[in-house]
Amino acid sequence: MSTETTVTEVKKPAEALLSKRRKKLISDPLVDSNPVTIQVLGICSALAVTTQMQPTLIMAISVIFVIVMSNFVISLMRNTIPSRVRIIVQLAVVATLVTLVSELLRAFAYDMYKELSVFVGLIITNCIVMGRLEAFALGNKPYDSILDGFGSALGYSWIILAVAFFRELLGSGSFFGIPIYDSISGIFGDNFSLATNGLMVSPVGAFIILGLIIWVQRTKTGYVEH
Amino acid sequence: MQQSNTYIITFSIILTVVLGLLLSGTSQVLGPLQRKAEDLDNKKQILGAVLESDQLRAMKPEEVLSFYETRIASRVVDIEGKEVTQNPDGSPIVAEKVNVGKNYKMAPERRMYPIFIYHAEGNPESVESYILPVYGAGLWDEIWGYVALQTDLTTIEGVTFSHKGETPGLGARITSRDVQERYQGKEIYDESGNLQSVYMQKGEGKDYSGESHKVDGLSGATITANGVNNMMKNYLQYYSSFLNSQKSGQQTEAVAAN
Repeated sequence: MSTETTVTEVKKPAEALLSKRRKKLISDPLVDSNPVTIQVLGICSALAVTTQMQPTLIMAISVIFVIVMSNFVISLMRNTIPSRVRIIVQLAVVATLVTLVSELLRAFAYDMYKELSVFVGLIITNCIVMGRLEAFALGNKPYDSILDGFGSALGYSWIILAVAFFRELLGSGSFFGIPIYDSISGIFGDNFSLATNGLMVSPVGAFIILGLIIWVQRTKTGYVEH
Repeated sequence: MQQSNTYIITFSIILTVVLGLLLSGTSQVLGPLQRKAEDLDNKKQILGAVLESDQLRAMKPEEVLSFYETRIASRVVDIEGKEVTQNPDGSPIVAEKVNVGKNYKMAPERRMYPIFIYHAEGNPESVESYILPVYGAGLWDEIWGYVALQTDLTTIEGVTFSHKGETPGLGARITSRDVQERYQGKEIYDESGNLQSVYMQKGEGKDYSGESHKVDGLSGATITANGVNNMMKNYLQYYSSFLNSQKSGQQTEAVAAN
């Protein structure tokens, strides 16, 4: 320890790459201020794409990319953006990134492009994206903005993946397209079969699962809406 | 300074140009890849009517393309079953490039009807099945597919259906294998040679294995099932001239062989 104290500090030491404050930027949106379950944002796509795991995963990755990149770009430009047109500037950046994702999917994962169809385009209207830009990226440095975006996007992703897990399992009897119900029935013979629940396939099923997740989470954290 | 109109306008113009260049650049770079992916997807759907889906899924993209190359011949006919080789503007016509959805907007008499012929390797004469595209309307949006007929031109070898926006878990099930397998072995003509097509019935869970023009329906998706029925009936009707001409061709060949 003595060696460290002998070094004379000329300037303020740089904040650690993952200091406590920065870790909080990522971990807060996972549970305590989760964009979906606490702030109740981005519900539209959480209902629409979560019938199966695979498209949900692609959606999650796309949203992570869009939020992180838009936070980064807007944060870089934050001192040059005229405040009177800042919303339209944010929108232009987000729309460009979403179009990029859509074009990339179309070239490299055409099946997923067909499956997700309009919902990739609708990332533009996902309130989480614009919300983070307004609330964070406009007033913070690029690296912090990236972490903040990443945290929020992860918070969104794990929720939609959890919803998709239950919806696919109960609604289609499978996991990532692997038939679980069929193989269980196979073990027990012909007399035993599990019925899939059609409700889970419809958007109503997503509401129910999401409601249950919010219930469990708020019971555990003791969060109360003011 | 940042609030002045000149600054705002300059900023907006620069932003628009930069983003515009970025997007058009991406589109230029990815364009060929996207067209390849669409072409591959299209060929996969065509092959899906004659191949088992496991077999098709196990193939790599290059294998699909080379398989298509060696086993599928294509041509385009009009409503009377006559072969068409040129577009109205005189350019040569390619069956794979014919957009059935766009043709659907024209009157049936003016449409182009592509036909894909699945044949033995290296011998286009030895036909194994005829693959006919079908197209129509589901509940929410367009539905389309390919019907493969055996060489008797009435027994269905296999079908593949796709859709744009049918309800997941209900109408969207037309893309699932167990629904498509219901069509295998069904017949589109009755004994006296009248076109009957194959109809999905209302309700689900009945056994129609004894009936050659009926298949089990889709529970909760009657409108999509009706869409499939209409699309099958209409397009088989449009292709009937071609099918009849092929049939009479086969008969003359048989007579000549005797």
